[in-house]
Amino acid sequence: MPKLTIDGIPVEAPEGATVLQAAELAGIEIPRFCYHERLSIAGNCRMCLVEVKPGPPKPAASCALPVCEGMEVFTNSEMARAARKGTIEFMLVNHPLDCPICDQGGECDLQDETVLYGEAASRFREDKHAFADKDLGPLINTRFTRCIHCTRCVRFCDEIAGVPALGMIGRGSSCEIMPWEEGVLQTELAGNLVDVCPVGSLTNRPFAFRARSWELTKTDSIDIMDAMGSSVRIDSRSNEVLRILPRLNDAVNEEWIGDRSRHFIDGLLERRLDTPWARVTRGAALRSVSWEKALEILRERVEALGDAPKVGVIAGDQTDLETLTAAKDLCAALGSPNMDCRQDGARLDASVRAGYLFNATIEGLDQADAILLIGSDPRKEAPVLNARIFRRVRNGQAAVARIGVPTDLTYPVTELGNTPGEALAALRAGTHPFAEVLRSAKHPVIIVGQGALRREDGAAVLNAARDLADALGVVREGWNGFSVLHTAAGRVGGLDLGFVPGKDGLDAGAMVQALGSGSLDVLILLGADEFDTSALANRSTRDALVVYIGSHGDAGAAVADIVLPGSAWTEKTATWVSMEGRVQRTLRAVSAPGAAVEDWVAVARVARALGHALPFSSVEDVRARMAAINPLLGTLWTLTPAPWGAPFGTEGAVSAEPFTPAVPNYYMTCPISRASRTMAACVEALSGTEDERTGTDG
Amino acid sequence: MIETNTAAAGTAPFAFTPENQAEARSILARYPKGREHSAALPLLDLAQRQQGYVDRSAMEAVAGLTGLAPIRILEVATFYTMFRHAPVGEHHFEVCTNISCWLRGSDEVLRALRDELGLDPGGKSDDGKFSVQECECLGACVNAPAVRVGDHYFEDLTYDNTVALIRKLRAGEKVVLGSQTGRVGSANAAGATALAGRAS
Repeated sequence: MPKLTIDGIPVEAPEGATVLQAAELAGIEIPRFCYHERLSIAGNCRMCLVEVKPGPPKPAASCALPVCEGMEVFTNSEMARAARKGTIEFMLVNHPLDCPICDQGGECDLQDETVLYGEAASRFREDKHAFADKDLGPLINTRFTRCIHCTRCVRFCDEIAGVPALGMIGRGSSCEIMPWEEGVLQTELAGNLVDVCPVGSLTNRPFAFRARSWELTKTDSIDIMDAMGSSVRIDSRSNEVLRILPRLNDAVNEEWIGDRSRHFIDGLLERRLDTPWARVTRGAALRSVSWEKALEILRERVEALGDAPKVGVIAGDQTDLETLTAAKDLCAALGSPNMDCRQDGARLDASVRAGYLFNATIEGLDQADAILLIGSDPRKEAPVLNARIFRRVRNGQAAVARIGVPTDLTYPVTELGNTPGEALAALRAGTHPFAEVLRSAKHPVIIVGQGALRREDGAAVLNAARDLADALGVVREGWNGFSVLHTAAGRVGGLDLGFVPGKDGLDAGAMVQALGSGSLDVLILLGADEFDTSALANRSTRDALVVYIGSHGDAGAAVADIVLPGSAWTEKTATWVSMEGRVQRTLRAVSAPGAAVEDWVAVARVARALGHALPFSSVEDVRARMAAINPLLGTLWTLTPAPWGAPFGTEGAVSAEPFTPAVPNYYMTCPISRASRTMAACVEALSGTEDERTGTDG
Repeated sequence: MIETNTAAAGTAPFAFTPENQAEARSILARYPKGREHSAALPLLDLAQRQQGYVDRSAMEAVAGLTGLAPIRILEVATFYTMFRHAPVGEHHFEVCTNISCWLRGSDEVLRALRDELGLDPGGKSDDGKFSVQECECLGACVNAPAVRVGDHYFEDLTYDNTVALIRKLRAGEKVVLGSQTGRVGSANAAGATALAGRAS
């Protein structure tokens, strides 16, 4: 490791590190625009110039200069300061200096560096260049006149998102950033372009002119729009979430988040349930009522159903552990074994933890050298995770094969076909060459998607995948590559808590059927909307009751008899388990609207109305109970590897019926994203439905 | 903003002729396997020689052959001023206006083009015979000012000999390539000053 001194501080930097990185080790920040930790080095902004001895008597770009033994670096000498002053002056030659109307104002690298190295007045008297703005879709505003040509956005598209959509065209002072085709960028990571842009050239379109960064209250939280559990920051002002940004978390999302996770937020204001609603009698219209009245109607209607009504609970994809704990205890109090957190019918096995976790861990994918996707489309199900796989493939470090729908994952994939039974058998028998690739890999990974599990023979697929993992050595000493890719943030928590049918209990699909046929009296939906609710809507023969607890008036609320307003995840401090098994907690950023309460409180009120008050006086009581049910749930932020060995899934034949995508529409997967206009605009821009509009669409 | 044309509606997209397809294959064969990207420039040149300019459709054809994203080809094609993005005249004047040519009178060359053809840089004559463009340094500074027409350089230009050159081209007469003042190579215009007494 070369030893050098930077501003007189001795530093030992790893071989191949750059001077800029070595300076960071020493705690010295060198200003930069084009250098970005996660992108390749361009060396074109010249802001990071430093004085180096020995060397030619001119400043050197520290971002592209490897460290050498005995080097003496001066980051703040007369020469370095003069060089940076010159660089800033040149950058400002064509920069419009329209900070007062620029959304980047207050969090702009160019502004900050100008304060340090800029002159008060400009010597430039000529006309400034101006460039036309380009249409990059509904998420990004462009003001290319502000561009300083750092090419971070170009490199992000090429190296992280995997879609080479942007380029820097022209030369000299006519350089500009341009997409090959105007319109929407074909990536689920487009929002991150705004973060990598150091100036106000690319800005957050839905956030445009809404707020200044210093007016926002920042709340560190966890994203639950997919199952990765990415670290995010919620920026809010006067009880409105205005923006969501990724937080640095190398183990999970590095510093990226998907577009749905960033831009669903206007859905938090639409279609909200801010008051209870109830149908006084069967078939009556939903009427807005007070909490007391709603619970009274609930009690009366349940009493009318007889002495011991049969109750079932279906939890949705975004149900937090506190709510599930309360609901589980409610079921126990009622003596009901009918509960399920798998509304989509995924045949996940809650008995073996290793059978439903992403055991390889997200960070572990950085070592993966052979990846088999079974019924999974990571690009749609977890775009940030897909970016990690893309990076491995791009560097030639991993080979990927897939059983499932052939879609564009941004990297080459060996297609094993979409006849699951046959393809799995071929791998098991070793007749397909990819079996050998997996077997000989150092860190093989099998990713099982929900598309493979949410079908009749899902348990058999799970069993076949486990069998394959054992046979090909995917699970070995110090490495477990068997990984289930989840799409629902509440799923792993639900399975950890055992929120699945008890002995002789009904699963989600059976509960819906039973309510129609008369063997179930009360069905409680905890934000469950992603299943076919028509069976509930058409139950015309009986007085059976549907209670919906959730934040949005979506499919579930529409068919319910009692609707109780809950909180969206930005409005509660709640516990979730990511698909890796990491127990994490969101923090409340804003308050829930109107009479809405935290969902576990709503469950507790229902319990009291049914005559089974739960012994919880605060959320701490619920959390204590949660940890009593499963001690793992009491250990926040840590990853506990799940032991491998016990069998899971059920033996059986895997049919030839093709897998179907688990996430057919990336932008709309939950009640919140369905309520978002921004997400709707993305769907429209991507599908190009504008041409097919009829007169009634507006 | 640099305008790059997409093919007009109704026109067939660019495709290499059979001869040029063979040529393209031989160009690609010049580079080691896995380095097909390097063929982007010669292939763009080939496309321009076939079509007279490179539009988006031609860039897509080159992108397909080299395995590069079309945007990478657009970057290359707009970086070099020798690539044109719209049809030009039969005699396309690329006038160097960089410092040496400018100091030696490139303004006079442009004035001659304006007077004789009525064209400013970027213009094209109605009959399609002439077009004019400013260009970056042609590397012919020793014989400045210089102009490139097609594949040929015309040097040591003045107002008068530029007018004469245009007239000859218009009439289809033979023109002298290189220096228009009869200078051999880049020899001193004032005659030999060093070793003047020695027999050559």
